[in-house]
Amino acid sequence: MFTSVDDVSARLAETGYLASPAVATTVFLADRLGKPLLVEGPAGVGKTELAKAVAEVAGARLVRLQCYEGVDESRALYEWNHAKQLLRISAGRDETWDETRTDIFSEEFLLPRPLLTAIRGDEPTVLLIDETDKADVEVEGLLLEVLSDFQITVPELGTVSATRRPFVVLTSNASRELSEALRRRCLFLHIGFPEEELERRIVRLKVPGIDGALADSVVRVVGALRAMDLRKAPSVAETIDWARTLLALGATTLDEAVVRASLGVILKHQDDILKAGAKLDLDAV
Amino acid sequence: MSADVADRLVGFVAALRAHGVRVGTGETVDAAEAATALGFADRGLLREGLAATLLHSTDQRRVFDTVFDLYFPRGVGAPQGEPGDRDDLRDRLAAALAADDEAMLSRLAIEAVDGLGGYGSSPGADGWSSYQTLERLRPQTLLARVRDELRARGGDIGFADRLLEDEIRRRIEAFRALVAGEARRRVAERQGRDEIARRAVAPTADRVDFLYAGQDRLAELRRTVQPLARKLATRMAARRRRASRGTIDLRRTLRGSLSTGGVPMRPVLRRRRPVRPELVLLCDVSGSVSGFSDFTMLLVQALHDQFSKVRVFAFVNRIDEVTGLLRHGAADPEGLGARVQAEARLTGHHGSSDYGVALGEFVQRYGGAVGPRSTVFVLGDARTNMSDPNLAALRQIAEQARHTHWLNPEPRPQWGTGDSAAPEYAELVAMHECRNAHQLGALVGRLLPV
Repeated sequence: MFTSVDDVSARLAETGYLASPAVATTVFLADRLGKPLLVEGPAGVGKTELAKAVAEVAGARLVRLQCYEGVDESRALYEWNHAKQLLRISAGRDETWDETRTDIFSEEFLLPRPLLTAIRGDEPTVLLIDETDKADVEVEGLLLEVLSDFQITVPELGTVSATRRPFVVLTSNASRELSEALRRRCLFLHIGFPEEELERRIVRLKVPGIDGALADSVVRVVGALRAMDLRKAPSVAETIDWARTLLALGATTLDEAVVRASLGVILKHQDDILKAGAKLDLDAV
Repeated sequence: MSADVADRLVGFVAALRAHGVRVGTGETVDAAEAATALGFADRGLLREGLAATLLHSTDQRRVFDTVFDLYFPRGVGAPQGEPGDRDDLRDRLAAALAADDEAMLSRLAIEAVDGLGGYGSSPGADGWSSYQTLERLRPQTLLARVRDELRARGGDIGFADRLLEDEIRRRIEAFRALVAGEARRRVAERQGRDEIARRAVAPTADRVDFLYAGQDRLAELRRTVQPLARKLATRMAARRRRASRGTIDLRRTLRGSLSTGGVPMRPVLRRRRPVRPELVLLCDVSGSVSGFSDFTMLLVQALHDQFSKVRVFAFVNRIDEVTGLLRHGAADPEGLGARVQAEARLTGHHGSSDYGVALGEFVQRYGGAVGPRSTVFVLGDARTNMSDPNLAALRQIAEQARHTHWLNPEPRPQWGTGDSAAPEYAELVAMHECRNAHQLGALVGRLLPV
C-alpha cells in the first residue's frame, strides 16, 4: 500500500491528517508486516481519525465496529436472519424437512456484522475496532481469532478466511486494561499530545483563516496547560475548538479577558479552570 | 539481516527484559522485520519501529528510550574538533535555548560531556559524568539571560509572554536529559553496554523502590496510580461476578428434582450472602516511609467506590483518622502527605514513629472500626525505635478483623535488623514485602476482599 514512511506522511497529509513520525512509521509497518495496529492515547488526539485517513488514502472501504459494554457475537460477527428463515420455511410446503433444514443455514440468510464483513470482502478494507476497551473481556476472545489468523468460524458454514487481509486499527482510551494476548497480536502505537510545531501546523490546517501569531500563542498556552497536571489535559480537538472559538469571537491576540472568557472551551472541569486561572495569573487584574 | 545486527537486536531485547519489559520471541522477529523494512539510515524511524513492535504499553517507553540510546547510539567516540571552553559553550547553549533548536541542543550536549564531563586519568577508573558536566555548565542559571534575550527581541509582549519562563525551564530540563544520555553512552562505550544497560537505566515507575524514590520519581509514581486502580477495579469486578455465581446447592437441587422423578434437571445455585467488604487502613506516615503510605492511600482513594466503607488512619506515634482528607475526587494528590501531617494529630512528645503506642491508641479510641467484615491493612516498616511493639494490641485487631495484612516497604532480608519489630509482628499477622508499585498492585489485587 505504501512505499516508504515519507510516502505515508505525504499521502496522509493530502487527506488532512498530519502525522507525527511515530504515527507514520507505525502505519507503514502495520501495512508492511500485515499486523493489526493498536492505538492508545488520550481522547481527542486523532485515533479514530487515523483509521479514516488511512481508508481514504488506500481508497478502501471503512468497516467500523463500535465497541460498548455488552457488545456480543451477534453484533460483532454475524447473525442468522430469523425472520427470513421463517418465511423460507413457511413458503416451501412440498419439500422434505431435510431440504429445508440445509437450506435455511446458507449464505442467503446470514447477516454479516462488521468483523465478518471485513474478512469476507475482496476489496481493500480498513477495519476500525473503536474503543476496544469499552467491550467486555469475552469480546477480546472473539477478536483473537480474527486478528491472528484473519478467519472466522461459523458453525453451520465452516471457517471463513480472508482472501484479502484488511488493515485493522484498534483504538483504546485505556479505561480498561486490555489482555496481554490481544496486545501481543498488535503493533502498539501511543498517540500523545503532538509537538508544538506539529500542533501549530494542525491548527493552521484545520482552522483556515487564523492569524499565524494567534495560532502560535494558542498552541503555547495549551502547551502550558498540559504541563500543569490537570484532571483532563486539553487535547488536539480542544485546541482546534479553541482556535475556532477565538476566530468566531474576532480575537486577533490573546489577552486576559479573552482567555478567561473562553477557558471553558478547553478545560472541562471547574477545578481545572480555577487551577489554570491561578497559574496563568488571570485573577491578577 | 547481518549476524552483527541480529546480535545487537537480541542484546537489546535481553536488556529490555532485564528491566521488566516482557518481550516474546515473536515480537523480536517482528522487530527484525521492522528494522529490515525501515533500514538503519534514519535512527528516529528505527526507534519508532522497534517501539511499535516490542512494546505493549506506554509506561515502558522511558526504559525503552534509554536502552535504545545505548544499543543504537547516535554516534561513536568523541565529537570532532577541539572541545569548546565553558563560556563559549554557555553562550551557544543560551542561543540554542532561545531558538528552541533541538538539533543544536543535542550537539551541545555531546560537546559539553566531552569537554566538561571527563574525570580520572587512569584507564580503569576514569569515565564521564553528567553530574559533573551539569555542575560546571549550570544550564539552569541561563534562564534569566535567555528570557531577557527573547523579550528584548520583542514582538512577544502579549499574553503568551507569561508562559516564557516555564517554557525555557522545560527546554533546560530536556537539555539536562540529553546530557545524561550522552554521558551514559560514553561510559557504555568504555565499559560495555550490557553492563551499563543493566546498571544505569532507571527502572519503570512501577518498579521504583518506595523508600528510595526521589521527588520527581514520586510524582511519576502518582501518575501510575490511576491506571493501576483501573486495572485492579476490572480484576475485582470480574472476580466479584464469578463469586456471585456461586456453587451448586445440592440440597435444594435434589429437592427441586422431585417433580422430575429424582433427575436433577435444574441445578440450583447457592446464593451468596451479600457481604459488604470494609477496609481499614493504618498508615505509618513518618518521614522514612511517607512515600509509600502516600502512594497506598492514593491507590485506596482511587479504589474507593469498590468498597462499602473505607476508613483510613494515619500515625507516627499517635493515631488519628484521616478518612475525611481522602474523600473521593479531592484535588491535589501532591499535597496529600502534607495535608495529613498538618491537619491530623500524629505526634506526641517526639517525632519518631512508635508502633506500640499508636496501635494501643487505635484499639482504645477506634476499636469499634474493626469488625468481622473488615479487612485491615497495616502499612509501615515496623521500625519501633526500640520501644515496646505492643503485640497485644495488634493481636486484638487481628482477632476482631476478618483479615489482617501488613505491607512492609523494606526488603525482606532487612526485617528484624536494628530496631525492626517485623518478625514479631509477622508471627501475628501475614506480613508481605511491598517495595514498589508493581508489587503493591499485585498484592492489593490478591489480598483485597471480593
